[in-house]
Amino acid sequence: MNDWQPKILAILCTWCSYAGADLAGVSRIQYPPNIRVVKVPCSGRVDPLFIMKSLQSGYDGILVSGCHPGDCHYMSGNFVARRRFAVLKPLLEFIGIEPDRVQFSWVSAGEGERFAQVVTKVTEDVKKLGPAKRLVKQV
Amino acid sequence: MNIQQELRDAARKLLAEGGVDQIIGWSSGSLPMSSTPLFAATKEEADDLIFDATCGSNLTVYFTKDRRQIARDGKKSGVVVKGCDARSIVLNLKENQIKRDDVVIIGVPCDGIIDRSKVEDKTGGREVLEFSDNGKNISVKGRGFDIDIPRTEVLSDSCISCVHPDAGMSDIFIGEPRGEQKTKDQYLSVEQFEELSAEERWERTKQEYSKCIRCYACRNVCPSCYCNECFVDQNDPQWIGKTLDLSDTIIFHVIRNLHVAGRCVECGSCERACPMDIRLLLLNRKVAKEVAERFGMETGVDPDAKPAMSDFREGEKQDFIMG
Ligand code: SF4
Ligand code: SF4
Repeated sequence: MNDWQPKILAILCTWCSYAGADLAGVSRIQYPPNIRVVKVPCSGRVDPLFIMKSLQSGYDGILVSGCHPGDCHYMSGNFVARRRFAVLKPLLEFIGIEPDRVQFSWVSAGEGERFAQVVTKVTEDVKKLGPAKRLVKQV
Repeated sequence: MNIQQELRDAARKLLAEGGVDQIIGWSSGSLPMSSTPLFAATKEEADDLIFDATCGSNLTVYFTKDRRQIARDGKKSGVVVKGCDARSIVLNLKENQIKRDDVVIIGVPCDGIIDRSKVEDKTGGREVLEFSDNGKNISVKGRGFDIDIPRTEVLSDSCISCVHPDAGMSDIFIGEPRGEQKTKDQYLSVEQFEELSAEERWERTKQEYSKCIRCYACRNVCPSCYCNECFVDQNDPQWIGKTLDLSDTIIFHVIRNLHVAGRCVECGSCERACPMDIRLLLLNRKVAKEVAERFGMETGVDPDAKPAMSDFREGEKQDFIMG
């Protein structure tokens, strides 16, 4: 089990977190290669269905990251997203999904270092949980 | 309890002189201990109106989605509403689904709606052949039994914790308002569930939702669910499979719950409509609890408030975001 590598989906907003990931890359900061990145225009674009669907198709973890509050390129996208996640996360926990499977963070375009830390933390958390089983579609 | 007569008189009067084309209310259902929606367009029809412990369906639904023609289409409708149903009206007015001029709101004070399965537990599963509602008690008769049951023992879960039993917004109010209820443990069932371990919660969720046959009755009766095309019906892209695979079912329910987050009035119509007796409101109430605690909002109470999920405050608690 030790060498099991989780698959983690990282949904990043193009203005901040994606640029943060880019900065981590050009600065050659190392972070675990477990994430698959999906770029979205804004964290406000993230429909909870994206998250549910990813869990269903077998991702072991999901990270959604956007601009810090107040820094949204579209002014209020991340505020609206935050309310959505504020309800989604407790609801998922309520039905018995492990809290660390789905995580949220704010990472700005200048925070390459922080991006690497966030990915490292999420990867470690998900490794501890092991492969996702709940909500995975059995076909 | 002579609300019923008062209600009929008011309905007759509205039909005769109030410029109202129809009254949407409840009449006795074809089975004992049930009610069915009534669309009364004449004074005679208005005499079939009832209001008792069985009037659980939220009639605001007739103003929304594909059934909206029933209530609208240039018509002016009177509608009989309990506290929760009135909150649905408030929400739908705010969301521009109802025009204020098209509706005459007839409020009734609600003592709570009974849960059929709780009554059946009391009768030992024997069929109820006669039912009457005496306010504090209900009486049920059938083969070999004739019992009075305190209403509080057979209330729907949603009604036990109801805080606003009177219609908050109404043009006419029938009977005596009960006033705001001081319910101590408004979210007791949610809190009890929260205390279980994650494994246990998942097992229970699985158990409950594996009963679902995906008939969508819960969605269809919900006055807050009115999209022209529901995400479960969409084929392109097809978001969720139309299978009974547990993951598809749970995703349907989780997403439906999020779609009615801050918009659900906890009327319990969905739970009553479910043919599989799934305890649907547990999730709704969990969401309502989060919305109340985090955003300090309650659906349909303040006619001027924006629905919770289309609003935000900058300094809101964000404990769930990685530090
Ligand atoms: S989700 Fe259920 S309880 Fe909530 S408003 Fe709709 S029908 Fe009523
Ligand atoms: S009414 Fe019950 S069985 Fe039908 S879709 Fe809703 S939860 Fe499932």
